[in-house]
Amino acid sequence: MTTFLFFLPFILTYTVFAVYAERKIAAFIQDRMGPMQVGYYGLAQTIADLLKLLQKEDIVPQAADRKLFLMAPIIIFTAIFAGFATLPLTSGFTGSQAQVGVFFLLAVVSLDVIGILIAGWSSNSKYSLFGALRSVAQIISYEIPLGLTVLCVVMISQSFDLQEISYQQGIWWPTLDAQAQNYLFGLKALGIETTGIGGFLTWNIVRMPLFFLVFLIFFIASLAESNRAPFDLPEAESELIGGFHTEYSGFRWAIIMLSEYAMMLLVSLLGAILFLGSWNTPFPNIGSMKLAEWTSGTPGTWIAHVWGGFWLISKAFFLIFVQMWVRWTYPRLRVDQLMTLCWKYLIPASLLLVLLSGVWRLLMI
Amino acid sequence: MQHNQLTGFGEILLFIIGAIVFVMIALLVARLIRPHRPNPEKLTTYECGEDPTGTAWGQFNPRFYIIALIFILFDVEIVFLFPWATVFGRQELIAATEGLWGWFALAEMFIFVAILALGLAYAWAKGFLDWIKPHVKKPVYRSPIPKALYEQVNERNGKNKAIDV
Repeated sequence: MTTFLFFLPFILTYTVFAVYAERKIAAFIQDRMGPMQVGYYGLAQTIADLLKLLQKEDIVPQAADRKLFLMAPIIIFTAIFAGFATLPLTSGFTGSQAQVGVFFLLAVVSLDVIGILIAGWSSNSKYSLFGALRSVAQIISYEIPLGLTVLCVVMISQSFDLQEISYQQGIWWPTLDAQAQNYLFGLKALGIETTGIGGFLTWNIVRMPLFFLVFLIFFIASLAESNRAPFDLPEAESELIGGFHTEYSGFRWAIIMLSEYAMMLLVSLLGAILFLGSWNTPFPNIGSMKLAEWTSGTPGTWIAHVWGGFWLISKAFFLIFVQMWVRWTYPRLRVDQLMTLCWKYLIPASLLLVLLSGVWRLLMI
Repeated sequence: MQHNQLTGFGEILLFIIGAIVFVMIALLVARLIRPHRPNPEKLTTYECGEDPTGTAWGQFNPRFYIIALIFILFDVEIVFLFPWATVFGRQELIAATEGLWGWFALAEMFIFVAILALGLAYAWAKGFLDWIKPHVKKPVYRSPIPKALYEQVNERNGKNKAIDV
């Protein structure tokens, strides 16, 4: 069973509803109603938009480099979609078993920079070029804090395999490794064993208290990676029209938008897996109240699939909701602020956190 | 183990091929439905309705180039850090050396990261990380009328009244 069969239809339906949710959230934040006309409460609005996009002419400007222009959206989508290959979905439903795991994910997702640069350059439009350059500068800059925060998790978990990282954050770790033990805050010296308690106490964000800061940096970097506000300078409408996809139209443009929402889902899923306990339940076992076991099910059973998928996707959706909330709350940054934040604050901070995580890991043994 | 590795990357390949096939099919469906009526007006580059002047394939801000260079420095660092990360904290290696392994490996990496951080500090001190800010110049204008006169006028009219002329 491969996760491919789940992820492709899931991304498509998710995007349809995420676009709708985005517009509704924006509307409610701004005290409006949002789309109301198509379907009950505007629910079919995105489907109508999608049907319209399918019928739109696919215009390739005369001045553009035709081959590259047509190729770019495919590269962008493929690079991002390949990142989903390594994600586990539930305790029994792993993605790719390649040992490089999360390392591969970071590598393949950064390929979408090439797609964006191709799109912007081949359009031969000034808006597209500036948008692409900004986008690339931003994505590669924020890739460093993103990579370093992922590194912190890898150092604590001692594994690239996202499924193993998931198992470590819950009560089912002993089913994978009989000697496995979790301690509160990861410290054996404290002597409070949480292996059987599970719940949020074994989530990475609690297992290693500094991970709260790491998660914060990860979240900021992930916003910038997916070109979301307040880091949406590459497509700053007021100055750059649409950024690197100014010249795109019709369904080719829809593919670029699909990639953007797929990227949001990918970084949110990754954030949930790395920090927020992956498919593990947030409820701990308290004495005879086996809340963790009641809300997760033994790995391998179908109930475990249902609970696991439910928890992981709810966590990811929560993070996506926060991304949208941030987008409609904060104003856009200036280019110099963007670069200052990344190079002068986030990178030194994440380097420091990498070193502290190393020390913490040695204290954990 | 060998077999596992192969299927792992096989699945990644499946995702890559699947993505390409999906996009191709979607674009093909759109191609069957959509109209295709190009004309020279429609095919011009978008420049807010003006006739585009020149080509976009020209010069751009060299800052982007410098950022890309510094990025390579750190990306290579991350490439080296990742394999190290799963080795330095291995329980059996630490147990075999009575705890020496972990601290030694960590100290080595501290030095490596410190050298690279020095590179960042250099770029920082040299000002490569600063984006060129638009310099707001206050216009210098020497008026023959003394400043006190303006203030007198303002006071006579009441300071707020000057706005709603």
